[in-house]
Amino acid sequence: MNASRTDAEAVRPARAAPTVSEPSPAPRRLPESVWALALLAPSLLLLASLFLYPLSLSIRSAFTERGGDGGTGNFGRAFDLYGGDIVFSGAVACLTVAIADILAIAIAGYLTLGRNQTAVAWLRWLYRWPLFIPFVVAAQMMRSFLAKNGLMNNAIVGLGLLEPTQTVGFLDWRGVIVTFVWKQLPFVTLIVAGAMASLDRSMIEAARNLGAGRLRVLIEIVVPQIRGPLVVASVLTFVTLMSVLSVPMMINAGSPTMITVDMAYRITSLSDYGTANALGVISYLMTAAVAWLYLRQGIRRDGVPP
Amino acid sequence: MTRALAWIPRGIVLGLLAFAIFGPIANLVLWAFAERWFWPHALPSQYGFEFWGRVFSERGRAWNSLGTSVAIALLTVAVSLAISAPAGYALARLKVPLRALMMLAFLLPQAFPNLPIYMNVARVFYWIGLNGTILGVVLVHSLHGLVLSVWIAAAAFASVDRSLEEAARNIGAGPLRTFFTVSLPLAAPGIMASAVFVFLESLDEFTGTYFVGVPDVMTLPLLMFNASMGGNYQIAAITALILLIPSVAFMLVIERFLKADVIAKIGG
Repeated sequence: MNASRTDAEAVRPARAAPTVSEPSPAPRRLPESVWALALLAPSLLLLASLFLYPLSLSIRSAFTERGGDGGTGNFGRAFDLYGGDIVFSGAVACLTVAIADILAIAIAGYLTLGRNQTAVAWLRWLYRWPLFIPFVVAAQMMRSFLAKNGLMNNAIVGLGLLEPTQTVGFLDWRGVIVTFVWKQLPFVTLIVAGAMASLDRSMIEAARNLGAGRLRVLIEIVVPQIRGPLVVASVLTFVTLMSVLSVPMMINAGSPTMITVDMAYRITSLSDYGTANALGVISYLMTAAVAWLYLRQGIRRDGVPP
Repeated sequence: MTRALAWIPRGIVLGLLAFAIFGPIANLVLWAFAERWFWPHALPSQYGFEFWGRVFSERGRAWNSLGTSVAIALLTVAVSLAISAPAGYALARLKVPLRALMMLAFLLPQAFPNLPIYMNVARVFYWIGLNGTILGVVLVHSLHGLVLSVWIAAAAFASVDRSLEEAARNIGAGPLRTFFTVSLPLAAPGIMASAVFVFLESLDEFTGTYFVGVPDVMTLPLLMFNASMGGNYQIAAITALILLIPSVAFMLVIERFLKADVIAKIGG
């Protein structure tokens, strides 16, 4: 902040040496904050017109009845028709976050505490591959991989663990969770591993010297210190999962399904913006609730002295 | 001896992880080159490029979709850079009122599920005639990449050595000239990284295009989705493979693009 003030003075030399005869260009007399806002204006305009306005529109539309009056009828219809899907969406997203968090802690923990450098290097190379693969491509992969005749079942049969007639497809809620975890795990691991790498190692070494096993060091010393980044990664993952349309559409065709599919159906097939937006507001509230719960837990645990 | 034995559990875990990560990718590649693959065969009974020919033939829509996708991605990069470079410079160097609040404001779209936002954007675009146009899709993709491009641009400008800018000013360069000859070139690597990221995000974007692009703008992800839902696994696999290559390439080179000193300043 101080630095920007010195910069501000450098921009306006006119004030230090006022020369009346020389008309300095008009923009230079503008305060710096006006310049700053002018430079920020296009991005703020985009944010306001393509995010804030549609957001307000979705909330307003959710509380507008078909006749045009205000009311909560859309929410009644949303809960009547899609109550099961709302629970299903929340459960799938929560389960995905939980599994991704546990696996991410395990992978990042090994990257931080692992003693065998070769294995650490392999793991580091391995876990990142799905990081930037889009959901729609991941869904297509899993659609064939997890099918009854997919590569996964073929490999299990090839190893002699199952007979070909015993295999089952996983293209239901399990497939959705597997796809979500596959796609989001590198993201959560990257954040968690980054946080673990920047920890002070002396406490870890001290605990190791006192004879604590690596698993105990991970759970009791490392994980409590990276709770903040883990919470952020979990909340971002939950929000992302509540927005994905392609994965439930392509992998979980039946019912119950995720509310993103229901929203798309109300819009594209029925042009029913009221119910679709009621579902949208419900998804905002679900993410807000999850963020609040996570953050509260993070703060409470951090508040407890070690 | 014990050292070798320790590799058994390690090998099993790493092997399972490798299968979980590469299995789906391998299945996709197999489908892309399979000409015949019927149950109960574990692997395709005939490989070939027949479907590649069909996808990229004159009548196949893959070339059109690829062209549309790349054009949209390039335009999105142009729009993003044009609005995020000035914003990033202002956030890094100028006295911005309520700076912390503004930084948070750009994060806001990430804090809400974006599908309900997109369906209302589509509604607004329908009112003003932007639905189903390239411009509409580019605007939606620009919003999608906004937080990253603004934050990375701010971090890139913040990591430029301030004394170099002051030196330029001291020897008589104006603020605009200083910006274009000193600040911008020095911040360019970080801004390039955000440009590549925005390009990739736009190329891969599905949900926004699904609502805003219909029915006229057919990007590669939408083409892939339609092929897959239509049960055409070969065509879906080939288009998915085309989308996969830039994603994996980006994952492999990202660290070289984004320098540690820039990463350390992101969000600050």
